[in-house]
This record gives sequence, C-alpha cells and structure tokens, in this order.
Amino acid sequence: MEQVRERPVLDVSGLPSVAFGKSNTTWLANVLYMMIEGTMFALLFASYFYLRTRTDSWPPVQDPPLLTYGVINGIVFLLSLIPARYAQKVAPTGDRGRIRLALTGLALFAIVNMVLRGFELANLNCRWYDNAYGSIMWSLIGLHTGHLITEFIETVSILGIAFTPKMEGTRLADVAINSDYWYFVVGSAVLMDFIIYGTTRFL
Amino acid sequence: MAISEPIVLPHATDEVRLARTWAQPRGFWGWFMNVHHTAIGVRFMVTSFIFFLLGGVLAAMIRLQLSRPENHAIGPDLYNQIFTIHGSTMIFLFAVPMMFQGFGVYVVPLICGTRNIAFPRLNAFSYYIYVVGGLLLWVGLFLKTGADAGWFAYTPLSGPQFTPGKRSDFWAQMITFTEVSALGVAICLATTILRQRAPGMTLNRMPIILWEKLVLSFMVIFAMPAVMVVSSMLLMDRTINTQFFNPANGGDVLLYQHLFWFFGHPEVYIIFLPGAAIVSTLVPVFARRHIFGHLAIVTSVVATGFLGFGVWVHHMFATGIPQMSASFFTAATLMIVLPTAVQFYCWIATIWNGRLQMKLPMLWVFGFFFVFLIGGLSGVMLASVPVDWQVHDTFFVVAHFHYVLIGGALFPMFAGLYYWVPKITGRMMNDLLGKVHFWLFFIGFNMTFFTMHFLGLRGMPRRVYTYPPEMHWGGLNMLASVGALFMAAGLIVFIVNFFQSKARGTLAGPNPWAAGSLEWATSSPPPDYNFTELFTVNGREPLWDNAPNQPIVSGVRDDIPEVLITNSLDSEPQHKDEMPGASIWPFLTSITVSIAFIWSIFSPWGIAYGAIPVVITLIGWLWPRGHSPAPRQPALEGRWSK
Repeated sequence: MEQVRERPVLDVSGLPSVAFGKSNTTWLANVLYMMIEGTMFALLFASYFYLRTRTDSWPPVQDPPLLTYGVINGIVFLLSLIPARYAQKVAPTGDRGRIRLALTGLALFAIVNMVLRGFELANLNCRWYDNAYGSIMWSLIGLHTGHLITEFIETVSILGIAFTPKMEGTRLADVAINSDYWYFVVGSAVLMDFIIYGTTRFL
Repeated sequence: MAISEPIVLPHATDEVRLARTWAQPRGFWGWFMNVHHTAIGVRFMVTSFIFFLLGGVLAAMIRLQLSRPENHAIGPDLYNQIFTIHGSTMIFLFAVPMMFQGFGVYVVPLICGTRNIAFPRLNAFSYYIYVVGGLLLWVGLFLKTGADAGWFAYTPLSGPQFTPGKRSDFWAQMITFTEVSALGVAICLATTILRQRAPGMTLNRMPIILWEKLVLSFMVIFAMPAVMVVSSMLLMDRTINTQFFNPANGGDVLLYQHLFWFFGHPEVYIIFLPGAAIVSTLVPVFARRHIFGHLAIVTSVVATGFLGFGVWVHHMFATGIPQMSASFFTAATLMIVLPTAVQFYCWIATIWNGRLQMKLPMLWVFGFFFVFLIGGLSGVMLASVPVDWQVHDTFFVVAHFHYVLIGGALFPMFAGLYYWVPKITGRMMNDLLGKVHFWLFFIGFNMTFFTMHFLGLRGMPRRVYTYPPEMHWGGLNMLASVGALFMAAGLIVFIVNFFQSKARGTLAGPNPWAAGSLEWATSSPPPDYNFTELFTVNGREPLWDNAPNQPIVSGVRDDIPEVLITNSLDSEPQHKDEMPGASIWPFLTSITVSIAFIWSIFSPWGIAYGAIPVVITLIGWLWPRGHSPAPRQPALEGRWSK
C-alpha cells in the first residue's frame, strides 16, 4: 500500500550493508568478549602473585617448568601472527582462494601450538594437586589452552564456510575478526609464558 | 548524511511487510525460537520475579523460625540451607536478572529507537542458561543438597573439609550459569547502546538510563569474571583436589574473600544503579520537566562505576588486614557516598522546580528516597572500622544491606513495573490496589528491618537458627516477623492487581504518562518490529524536544530484518546490518552447555566430553543458512583494508 507522507527524511538507502573494522558490531562484541577473558587472565595473574606471598620459596618445592617447549611454542605463536594478519588483509577483497589459504595456515599453526602445549604440560614439573603453586600454574595454562582450542575450532569452522558461496558480506568481516581474537590468544600466551617460565626463575 | 526537504516517499513503509519480516514464531516450539528482545526481556522479568517469590517464601520461613526464642520448627541444617538459598536467590536469581537483564533487555532497544537488541540469539541463550542455573540451585534444595555455607560461600567452610557432598558444588556451578547469562546480556546491551541509537541521539543527548546500562555492562564485564574465577577455584578444590584455599599446601582462604568481594561490591552497585536509573527516568516524567543536572548525574554514574571497584576490602575489615589498608578502604567507601549524594540532590532539585504529579510510580520513588537514605547512612557508619568490628556479622549488617538492596532495587523495581507494565501489557494497573500494596510493603519493610538495627546493636548474630530467651531478643524478633506478614500481604495485592489489570485494566495507549523517551512512541505492547517509522532525535527527551517535522529515517529495508548502525559518539548513520532471525539453536546450545556444567560437578571429564555437543550446537547456531548475506560492496572500509 502506497502511503503519501510529507516529512523530511534521513535517507540511508545508500549506506553499505557490511562494515569492516571497528564499525562492525561483531568487532565490538569481540572486543568486549576479550575484555571479559582478559579480566579472567588478570585475576589469575593477581592470584598467582598473591599466592607467591604465602610461601618462602617459589616454586615451593618443585623445579621451575622446563624452558624448551615454552620458548619454542612462544616463537610459533609469534610466527602464527603472519597468517592471521594475512587473513585480515585478504578478507575485505572477498577472494575465497586466498582466504582459504590464510585460514588453513592459521589452523595449521594452531595445531602445532596445541601439540607443543601438550609437551609444555608434560614438563611443568608440578601437578595441580601438589600445592597452591601447582594449582595456579595449571589453571593459568589450562585457561589459555581452552582459548587455544576454542580459537582452533572457530578457525576451522570459518574455513568450512569459506568453501561455500556463503562466504560473502558479513562472513568476510568474521574472517577478519577471527584474526583479532587470535592476536588476543597470542598476546595472552606471551604474558603467560613470562609468568610461568620467567617469574618462576627469579621471584 | 543529508536530510532532504519534505518529499513523497516512493516506497512507503509497509507495516504488513514489516510484521511479516520481523514476526517471531508462535506455538510450543516457537516459544523456544523467539529471539525478540521484548519477549526475552519479559521472560527475564517474570522468571526473576518467580525466583523473588520463592526467595520470599524462604525469608518468611526464616522469620517464622526466629519469631520466638528456643523455636525448633526448623532444624539448624535446614536453616543453613534456607538462609543460603534465600540470599543466593535474591542476589543471583532475582536482583541482577530483574534489574539488569530484565529491564535492560526490554527497554534499552526501545529507548534507542531500534528494532531489536544486538545479537538477539546470544540474548536468548543468556535467558535459558540463567533458568537452568536457577533450577540447579533449587532442585538441589529439594534433593537435600541445598547450599548451606552462606550466599558468599566463604572458604574453608564451603571447602571439601567442612562441606563434604555436593552442596557447595551446586552453588558454585549456579554462579557460573548466572554469570555467563549476565555477561552475555552485557555484550548485547553495550553493543546496542553504542551502535544502534537513533540518529541524533549523541552521547550528550543519551538518556540517563542508557548511560547507566552502558556503565553497568562494563561493570558486569569487569566484575563477573572474578566470581566465575573464584567459584571455579572452589569447585576445583572440591572436585580435583587443587589447593587454592588450603593453607597447609600454600593456599590461602583470604584469596577467596579478595576475589569474591572484588566481584561482590561492584555487584551491589550493579543492583543499585539500575534502581537509580529508573528513578532518574521517572522523576522528570512526573515532575514534568527535564532532569536537573543531567551531566552531574551521568558523571556520578560513571564515577560510581569506577569507585565501585575500589572498596571491596571494607567487607574484610574483621580479617586482620593491615591498618593502612583499612584506612584506605574506609576513605574509598566514604568517597563513594558522594556520587550517590549528587544524584539525590539532582532528583530533589528536579522535583522542587517541577510540577509534581504524585502518581503511583512516584509513590515508590519516594519510598526509595526514604529507605535507601537510611541504608546509605548506616553504610557510612559501617565504613568506620571500629563500628564495623563492633557490629560485624550481627543483625545490624543484615538491616543495613536490606535497606540498601530493597531500598535501592526493590522500591525502584516496583516504581519501574508500575511505570512500564502498561507498555508491556497495554493496560494500566489499578491505582488503589497499587497504593495498598505500597503502604503494606513500606510499613512491613520498616517494621522488619529497622528493628534489626537494634537486634544487631544488642548483639544478636546473623545466621543463628535460634536463641535463648534470656537474651531478650524475642520481642523485637516477633515485631520483625509481623512486619514480614505485612510485606507478604502487599505482594499478594500486587500479584492480584497485575493479573486483574492484565485482563481488565484500562487501555494504556502508546504514551499514558506523556513521557519523553522513545519507548512511548510506539504502541503498547510494541509490535515485533518495535517501530513502524525509525526516528531521528533532537534532544534528551525526544518526544518532548523533537520538532514537529522532525525527520524520520528512510531506506532501511523492510523485506529483511535490517537495523541501522550508528557510531558511538555522535550517532551518525554508518551502515545497515541484517539481524539474525528466530532460531532453536540458542536453546539447544543452552542445553548442551548445561549438561557440560552439571556433569563437571560429578566428574572433571564432564567439561571435556561435554564440550563435544557444545561445539556441535554452536556450529549449528552459527552456520549460515537461508539467503546469502548481503554482498560486501559497497562496504564500509575499516582499518583492516588500509
């Protein structure tokens, strides 16, 4: 039914239906989500240093975690920024081939990270039930491993969509936002490595 | 974005098409697929009100038990469960879900002038997960596994040594459910407020209730993780033998208190600020003028948001903390009085200089002024360490926080309900019954809780299931219990009033209070698309301030559920976004997540194995279906492509 209306209008018909970058609402939600998770890491870090004040030596009785796998995994995490950034660059172009390449690279890095994380866990030199030191160490690395696995599943899911014609419009923005989340996973890994492998040696 | 001269629109908005595009499914399964914010908001309100009534029944049992000395109607074990579940229900299952999620989810998108909340499926998921958390706590009570270590479940009492069995585990996992819910809604509300406000609703013109919901969302984002962390630590101490709170193995019980109150005190403001926002919304409507000191109130809300995180140790004055810490947190606690006082003065000034219409919602606002002020004053007393030591864990503290929480949340809640129920149901509530409700509740409340100040000063500790007659606490306790009867009678009147009004009340029309915010610019109740026309805004009270020929928005598609996205500061239109439609997947995901959480109470492998169906349902939720998304060109290019 055609209505006749005589009012000034703010015509938004020409506005785009997709936004990349900080205009995107999912980008904002992702930032808020990272704030939540970042607060969790911060509280665990604070708990770690609080528990440090409850004993004379640190680690209380154990040896510090073996450095080798932590350092190697840290380097792999940093190298994984390359496919993550590449995915973010190619997402707005809509080139599905290059998006698939970037996401495959990112997923492969995540697999290597997870395998190395297994070796890290095996060489922490403590168990979660030994004492509060062991509990906080396992909680920190456990929280981060949860993020790593989540991010891997998310990347593989988006990669699956990239093999279909549905990889269009707002899905392209999702590819780029996924990389933001990966940066968070890498950033929190670096901080956590400093605490787990660094502070256990000089605190 | 240019505003055109008056024109004849080539394609007039078609209400029928809008209704078809935004229609939510009906029927039994349709109920589980509905993702519209008005439906989910009402569900949050109704469910949390039911939990409020259940918590009230427990409160009545407490008052019955304490009404006379040497009463053995309820044994100590059941009494412990009753006061624990009462407190946990009122805080986690009623106050936050009603004041933050319920009111927020219902009114925020309407006040923003948009057609649905951001991430409506996450919003729906947040509701279901909250319901499961509430049921978990209450099913535990009926299975004689009710949590019994107090609503804050301090270690070592709640730990594996002193509370064997599953009681504390049920409590700890209930926390996870309710906090996931609040965090999900915080993301939805913050995004809606920052990105979906009507064009022209700049930050400077943003109504105070939106400011408050925004600040609150960030408070939830920074506070709730603390209680999730600490309840998870407690659960792990109990299920997989971690040693966080075991001093014999390097743990520390005070770590629990620090983490809990880092959440717990902001939580008080998460409960109070929505009440204050309701007052800031109602006072100008019934004083018939713009609010006095808009900027001062907004500044106060933001300041409260920050200061709320700096006072948690005042809950721990009796734990032997260093004197310097005690002095610092005393000062911080006294400081937080200031922004609240500023808001009080602004409300008084608005009423003073306005033309007050003493309608039913305002009666509750005045009740709030009186009750919350007393709670605030006893709070100033408790901020002083010597006073705190003297009355710590006595009924004085119980009186104080009931004045703060019931004054700060329940009175504004009823003000808000009498104000917005006509929008929700389309019918006015009965004025006389509303007044009877108020006076019964107001008198009963003060009989019950003012009395407790004296009980506390006479040394009656909280959480004792009975007391000997020679303590001479019997008379005051009886008075408090009679007051509870008055409150219960008031609540019954409210419930009768609600159902009677819903069936036969006077039709409300779009704007029965002649209010100025955008939720009153649509029909009561609103349709699934909220607004036929999308508004632009010219002032803080759009319906009062807009020009007669205020432009409307044109060009938002009505054949797909599209909303206009504006920028955070100036509310300039930026792009358009297609909203996800109705879906069963949020409900299914809530079921799989619930299974994983509850399984983890009984076996640590529950999280590992339970994660598999969670991943499957999440992929089902997010996998694109239906028509292809809108193509990327023209796209708003952000930093990624530069």
